[in-house]
Amino acid sequence: MADIINFTIDGKECVAEKGTLILQAVQENDIYIPTLCNYKGVKPQGSCRICTVRANDRLTTACTTPVGDGMEIENDTSEINDFRKSVIELLFVEGNHFCPACEMSGECELQALAYRFQMMVPRFTYQFPKREIDARHPKILKDQNRCIRCKRCIRTIKDEKGRSVFAFFGRGKNIEVNVDPVLGSKLTDKLAAKAVEVCPVGSILPREKGFRTPIGQRKFDHEPIGSEYKH
Amino acid sequence: MGNNKVQSAIRKYNQDKTRLMDILIEIQKDENHISDEAARIISEKLELSIVDVEQTISFYHFLSRESQGKYTIYLNNSVVSNMMGGKIVAETFENEVGCKFGKVTDDGLIGLFDTACIGMSDQEPAALINGNVFIHLTPFRVKEIVRDMRAGKDVKKMHTSYLGGSQNKSEYLNSVVRNNIMRMGPVLSDDYNPGTIIMKNLPQLTPEQVIEEVKSSNIRGRGGAGFPTGLKWEFCRKAKGDKKYIICNADEGEPGTFKDRVILTEKPKLLIEGMVIAGYSIGATEGILYLRFEYKYLEHYLENVLKEAREKNLLGKDIGGIKGFHFDIRIQFGAGAYICGEESALIESVEGKRGEPRDRPPFPVEKGYNDCPTVVNNVETLCSTVKIMLNGGEWYSSLGTPESTGTKVLSISGDCRYPGIYEVEWGLTITDILDMVGSTDVQAIQVGGPSGSLIGPEEFERKLCYSDLVTGGSFIIFNYNRDLLKNVVLNFTDFFIEESCGSCVPCRSMTPLFKQKLEKILSGNGVASDLEDLKNWGKLMKINRCGLGHTAANPILTSLKNFKYLYEEKLERGKEYETGFNLEQAVSESCEATTRVPEF
Ligand SMILES: Cc1cc2nc3c(=O)[nH]c(=O)nc-3n(C[C@H](O)[C@H](O)[C@H](O)COP(=O)(O)O)c2cc1C
Ligand code: SF4
Ligand code: SF4
Ligand code: SF4
Ligand code: FES
Ligand code: FES
Repeated sequence: MADIINFTIDGKECVAEKGTLILQAVQENDIYIPTLCNYKGVKPQGSCRICTVRANDRLTTACTTPVGDGMEIENDTSEINDFRKSVIELLFVEGNHFCPACEMSGECELQALAYRFQMMVPRFTYQFPKREIDARHPKILKDQNRCIRCKRCIRTIKDEKGRSVFAFFGRGKNIEVNVDPVLGSKLTDKLAAKAVEVCPVGSILPREKGFRTPIGQRKFDHEPIGSEYKH
Repeated sequence: MGNNKVQSAIRKYNQDKTRLMDILIEIQKDENHISDEAARIISEKLELSIVDVEQTISFYHFLSRESQGKYTIYLNNSVVSNMMGGKIVAETFENEVGCKFGKVTDDGLIGLFDTACIGMSDQEPAALINGNVFIHLTPFRVKEIVRDMRAGKDVKKMHTSYLGGSQNKSEYLNSVVRNNIMRMGPVLSDDYNPGTIIMKNLPQLTPEQVIEEVKSSNIRGRGGAGFPTGLKWEFCRKAKGDKKYIICNADEGEPGTFKDRVILTEKPKLLIEGMVIAGYSIGATEGILYLRFEYKYLEHYLENVLKEAREKNLLGKDIGGIKGFHFDIRIQFGAGAYICGEESALIESVEGKRGEPRDRPPFPVEKGYNDCPTVVNNVETLCSTVKIMLNGGEWYSSLGTPESTGTKVLSISGDCRYPGIYEVEWGLTITDILDMVGSTDVQAIQVGGPSGSLIGPEEFERKLCYSDLVTGGSFIIFNYNRDLLKNVVLNFTDFFIEESCGSCVPCRSMTPLFKQKLEKILSGNGVASDLEDLKNWGKLMKINRCGLGHTAANPILTSLKNFKYLYEEKLERGKEYETGFNLEQAVSESCEATTRVPEF
């Protein structure tokens, strides 16, 4: 039998199997933690920092840190929630997100998080960077204005030889996610659809499709993101 | 033509994708850039996608997709360089070369670029030209150098002064770089015949005994984080893994730090011995010396030291006659990225990738290079362990203070009479240090580089030790003529903006916002709430993944704490809110495009 360990989330006593990541352990207890760069079934890689919790008084990302025996986790506190809201605001001001005109509106995880965290106007100054739309590939469009550089596409979309179709370019504030000119042109329908699906925002779009779901039937039209968790 | 060179670089590294860095560095050196064709060939041979190859190229400052000129000049734009006349040197370069920084002359002869601190803070302004170091630049020298380039002179023959002292003038180095060793101790002293420990002591000791000795010295890592070295070795020894590695961190990217450069120049044999001792104790068969690209001028010299060590059986098979102890060292160059000094980013870089730090846990001692248990130690740490094995842990812990044992090699620069390297025992106060280097009338000191703190006279009685002022060893001194906010804090903030790997949202996007706020205040448009914002925003930096993000706002936050009056002097009084919006500036571009002159 697997080792069972005890820990607390905002004071509530919980149990988990040893080695479980904090994110999963918390979700198993029906408690919500926001995530963006994390994607089910893919090795976590804490880059967006939105799942930050305070564990034993240290700030750390829930998606990458295993829960420890006796660990005290702070999740739904004003400090942590303000960090999370700040990350959302930073993502809005570092890119160009004009939701009303965006194909992903209503199904976008970033937008949904902004609603859930009640972002009105970001406290930070909009940067309005000059970014491009890459329309060179037969199956997908890559809109750099909306990319939140979460690496979900980089980590999941590989060709049959294991080569990356997407990769980072540059570093720091100007970092971008580019599509391989050769592999991008040979993308199968299946892989293209998967790329569209893994992208949490409207940065990878299927060509010639436009607005896919009618308003009223979109993913976040009726309930805020994370509503599957009770707390 | 070019293709052959690309092919041979790929062959040289066995078409191994983990050696992508070496392949790229070699091609860059031969062709001044990595062409589309080269990128395509590499991607085919290494079975990588083209964007994947570009991912690595575009991460590093010294790799480029466009030609950087036959002569490539990288002028240091660090704070210290500017203090010593770097600005006028830069202007002279632009005038003489005939192009702006970031550009190459039309004839492709000269490329002019700037770069962060190159580890020469005691001899600024300095530049790298085709990998060779030029120090003490002045407008006169710049004119001379540009004339030499136009005449097609070999870079190695452009020097006009004698070579730097001691090993700098040795056969394999031939460099004008100065050591400026002002004070020596166990690491830098000349009283030891390298190899003695390996030959005489190691064969008598078990790896566990070595670890015990190092633990008893209480030495902590000298790279900045201060983790107990003996414990790190023990963790790695006990970690499960078929293969283990010891990596020496010689990335030395913190602006104002140059002590590892001097140790590498004067004590490379000590360093190798330290790596062998560490390798023996953790059970490693391979050591890697990760050297920053700025120190490439040391390459032949260090390769030769390694060769000599192999000839003496200090490296290779059955080292020191210990049956079955095989260990060798290779040099891995970086290509210009401060973040690669962070140990997990360094490991990514050694694997041929962009230097993005990893999530921890797991720590490198469990899962490091190629996912094997790996110890990463600073140059100075490894050198110190040799002396610990020579004289004993007890002797070492008698130096310094009870909880900060031994010595620290300091890099001191800026406004002082004797800039250079000082090896001192832990426990000195700042006042002691200023007396030692001949500094009076000091306004501020940057302790530990941009990631450390800017402190003022009220704190000069603080002590150098792990419980008070911890430091990787760099001190930059500023007198009262220096404009701290404009010329120091802003420059350091730019440095972090440039060097963030770009992964974490707050690190990549918050730091530029900090800079904009600071500029707003400097331009006279700041109000009191701007200072509050800076303080509050600072908290968010603690959720970043690594030390770079944690400290990227330190220049602003520590100066705001210790020199608040400098900020307050600049605020607009009596105003609660000010956007800092400048209409004239905002419409200038469109006015120009429409050739209209607005009336304000
Ligand atoms: C941004 C950043 C840069 C660093 N640069 C260096 C460096 O140039 N040299 C170094 O030895 N350690 C550097 N470190 C610390 C290393 O991560 C690591 O702690 C150190 O190499 C361990 O060696 P030590 O225990 O001997 O100090 C850096 C850390 C960070 C976060
Ligand atoms: S990607 Fe999301 S947040 Fe960005 S514009 Fe589209 S809907 Fe809005
Ligand atoms: S394209 Fe989408 S999935 Fe890929 S990094 Fe950008 S936001 Fe993430
Ligand atoms: S803190 Fe900055 S440098 Fe460190 S991993 Fe995050 S983005 Fe990269
Ligand atoms: S979801 Fe954990 S860091 Fe992004
Ligand atoms: S801005 Fe109001 S309708 Fe478009």
